[in-house]
Formats: sequence, C-alpha cells, structure tokens
Amino acid sequence: MIPLIRELARSKMVLASMLILLSFIFMALFADFIAPYSPIESDLSISNKPPSWEHPFGTDELGRDILSRVIHGAKLTLTISFAATAIGALVGIVVGVLSGFYGRAVDTITQRFTDVLLALPGFLLAVMFVAIMGNNIATVITSVALSLVPSYVRMSRGLTLQVKELEYVLAARQLGVNSIKIMTRHIIPNISPTLIAQITLNLGTAILFASGLGFLGIGVPPPEPEWGTMLGTGRTYMFYAPHLIIFPGLAVFLVVFSFNKIGDRIGEIIASK
Amino acid sequence: MNRVLILIPTLLGLVTFLFILIRLIPGDPARVLAGLMASEEDVELIREQLGLNKPLYVQYFTYMANLFTFNLGVSARTDSPVLYEVMARLPNTLALALSSTALAVALGVPLGVFAASRKSSRLDTLVSTFSIVGISLPTYWLGLIMITIFAVELHLLPAGGYGTPAHFILPTVTIALFLTAFIVKITKASVIDSMEKEYVVTARSKGLTERVILYKHVLRNALIPVITIIGLQFGSLLGGAVITETIYAWPGLGRLIIDAINNRDYPMVQGSIFIFALLYALVNLITDLIYTIVDPRVRLG
Repeated sequence: MIPLIRELARSKMVLASMLILLSFIFMALFADFIAPYSPIESDLSISNKPPSWEHPFGTDELGRDILSRVIHGAKLTLTISFAATAIGALVGIVVGVLSGFYGRAVDTITQRFTDVLLALPGFLLAVMFVAIMGNNIATVITSVALSLVPSYVRMSRGLTLQVKELEYVLAARQLGVNSIKIMTRHIIPNISPTLIAQITLNLGTAILFASGLGFLGIGVPPPEPEWGTMLGTGRTYMFYAPHLIIFPGLAVFLVVFSFNKIGDRIGEIIASK
Repeated sequence: MNRVLILIPTLLGLVTFLFILIRLIPGDPARVLAGLMASEEDVELIREQLGLNKPLYVQYFTYMANLFTFNLGVSARTDSPVLYEVMARLPNTLALALSSTALAVALGVPLGVFAASRKSSRLDTLVSTFSIVGISLPTYWLGLIMITIFAVELHLLPAGGYGTPAHFILPTVTIALFLTAFIVKITKASVIDSMEKEYVVTARSKGLTERVILYKHVLRNALIPVITIIGLQFGSLLGGAVITETIYAWPGLGRLIIDAINNRDYPMVQGSIFIFALLYALVNLITDLIYTIVDPRVRLG
C-alpha cells in the first residue's frame, strides 16, 4: 500500500489529485467547524446574492450560503460514493468469484441475472430504481451500487477463470484445501490489484451517477446540500444568478477528476508490472 | 443466432424485475393518478381501466402477453398508446446520439493516434489530460455552462428546443466531449499496444518507415477494439440522453422517461424502458456483427 502511494505521488498531477481528495475528505469530516453558516437555514432577504466577502460563493434562492452548502455537500457526496462503490464492488466480486470458481449451474444462473442488469445502460438502471423505490440517501446508494454490480461480476468472474488454472491453485485443490480458503487466500488476493484500479475509477463514476440523479430531481432530496440536487434547483435561476450552478458543479468535477486521475495511474502501474 | 435467442429471456427478466418493482411502490397508483380531488368512483374507474383490481398474476400475464404483440398499454396521463409516444420521440434521441458519435469519432480517433505516435511528448500529455478532464466533467454542468456562455451571454445559439440544425450544436458538443475523451483514451492505448506486436517488428526490419507502419499496418488492427468500444458507448449514450435531453428540453426518449417518472405514469415508464432496453440490445448486437466483419478471426458462437 505505502509503496503504491509513494509511486503515485511521483507524478505532479496525481499528487495534486490526492491533495484535492484529502481536502474534500477533511471538509466532509469537519464540515460543522469549517462551514461559516448553516447549510439548511434560509434567509429570504439575501436570496440569490452574487459572491461577496460575507458569502464567497454567493447565496442561493433561499438565501443559504453556497460555500457552506458545498462544504456540507462533501460529506453527502463522499458517503454516497464510498458506500455505493463498496456495496457494488463487494456484491459483484463475491458473486463473480463464486460464479467463476464453481462454474456450471451457479455460473449460468448468476450470468443470466447479470444479463438482466446489463439490459439497460447503468445510469438508466439507477434512474429506474430510484424512480420506483422513491428517492432518499439509502435508495440513491442502493441504485448506484446496483448499477455498478454487473461490471464487477463480469470482471472478477473473468479474472477468477484465469487464476483458477494457475498451478498453485490447482495444487491446493488437488490437496483438498477447502474451497472458501482457496477463494479468500489465493484467488481474491491475486485478482485484487486489477480490481483496485476499477474501484478507484468507480468512486468517480458513483459521484457522477448520484449527482446526475440529483440534477434530475430524483436524487437526494432538498434541502440536503447534495451537489447534483443543488445544480438541479439552481438551474431555474442560472440566467441571472450563474453562481448557483458554478460552484457545486466545480466541486463534482474536482472530486471526479481526482478519482479518475488516480485510478488511471494505478491502472498504468499495475499494467507495467 | 444464439445472441439473439438469449435476448428474449434477458428482456423478459428485465420486464419482470420492473413489474415487481412497480408493484412494490407504497400507496395506491390509482389514487395517485386520479389526483387529490378525485372522488371514490373516479379512483375505482381508473383501477378498472388499468386492471389494478385483478390479482397480481393476472396483471403480470396480461402484461407479458401484450408485450409480445407490442401492445405496451396506454399512457395513464394522456390516454394515447405508449408505443405511439415512444416511437414519436425515438428518432430525436437517435439523431442526437448519431451526431455526437460522429463528431466524437472524427475528433477522438485522430487525436488518439496522434498521441500514441508521439508518446510521452508534451502534446501527448496535453491530449491525455484533456481526455481525463473530458471523462470527469459532469455533462449536466458542462451543458448549463455552455448554455450560459453561448445562449445567454453571446446570443449565438438557442438554449434549448428542437427544430433547426442550430439546435443540434450545443447538445451534440456536450455529449461528444465525454465520448471524444473516451475514444482518445482507448485509441491511444490500442495503438500503443499494436505497435509492440511482432508484425510491427517484422515491418521495421524490412525497412519500412514508421509512417507506413503506422498507417498501413498498425491502424487496421488497432481500430478493431475501438469499434467495439464505440458501439458499447453508443448504448450508454442512450442512457445519458436522460440528462442531456433534460438540459436542452430535447423532445426525445430520455425526456419522455423523466416526465413519465415525474407524472407517475407507470405504463409509460414501463413501456419506454422496455423499448429502451430493446434498442440497447440491438445496438450491442450490431456492434458484435460489425466486429466480426472487420475482424474475421472472431466468429460468433
């Protein structure tokens, strides 16, 4: 882990991305102390004010401080991103490894289920799920996780099929080592480097999906300061108050860019080994 | 042929999944549709019309049987057939997807080849950075900013709507940026990969110039995976239409789905998602077919 981070930090862009992420994580953890105002309480007498010294990012349609909302939004965005990716990856990898390891009926059944999830583009699957199940933080996380599952199933299944035929795995099976042990001790550690690059990239995708839902008005509902939801509601006022859409969008971009840059580099490092 | 046959259980699975999800919604859909002011008789009438008073399995089999005859029911809001509404919107979504794919291919493939042929140069770094920026920019944000600049400030282009070629420009560019970035990345990786193949070494030892090797030998092989990716991305593009069409008030299928969701028009949600899945499957199938044509080594199983 530490050698990987050291290798990552050699590129200036990647280092910058790591610093951006760290600062957003810091914001998320200490939002209550950093944010100058409440993210929820409104003051209609100062609605849609452009950036000023008191409100560096301006105020929104209800007079809330946009800077404070962006800071608190980091908490929501990162929670959704990590939770959705973790659930999606965990479910997908478990199913994929089992499917690749046992083959036969297990494989056929899981692959047909995966086909169903892949019958729609990922984002549309998430849209469909929240549209029907209602939108709150839990359903947003579930829907994004659901849309990520099939790619992990396919990927870890493919990798498991390769690793399964490696000599020491075959030897372990010949010796009668218990299957669970083979999967957890030999297969998963072997396929995890490739999966880590994918997971890092997906942390960004998860944010784009979750805030995309917010933008469409079917993500985390207001008054929560989710960045996509802020963009969706701010859109109504953007013709005379463009600051309403500039800052939340910039936040989404910076975080997603950082995850993509780091994920890309991890992929390159792994490929070169 | 196998690929076509496997589509049937997959689509049936999706429709079943949708059917179950919709029945899980808390509340009475008939009451929601009738509105707050409706009388008890009105609600009962709607229940009757939509068959909601019948047992679940009857509803399910009726729906499935209807699907096979492409009878997707009628919109709960406008009373017009779902299939008719979907088909009216479909060409608009396809037109936008095609125009942006064309633009992205025209920009992305040459840029990717260029970056690969000058690997590690300053221009390569620039192209790579552009491609990560392009993938990371949220389309909805980019769209709103472009509207602010080109429609609101400069009055050059319409902010939204449909009709003239000018209406195509902003949505096409918005979608194409992401796709271009993606194509650049894949093309570059694929060209670099092919450059290390044996036939390139052979060509070099024959004394061919790098230019000839790149254009005559490498590109042919390197572009095969790119075609697959473009095909797959074209499918996802259709999913992204939900957002782009919302930003630009584009009267396509994506907008139709979002409106149906907001109106709780479940027959429309179900029907339009079914057609979407069908279209998506078709695009993926065509991609596979093109793949076998350009690469005779691959034969469909």
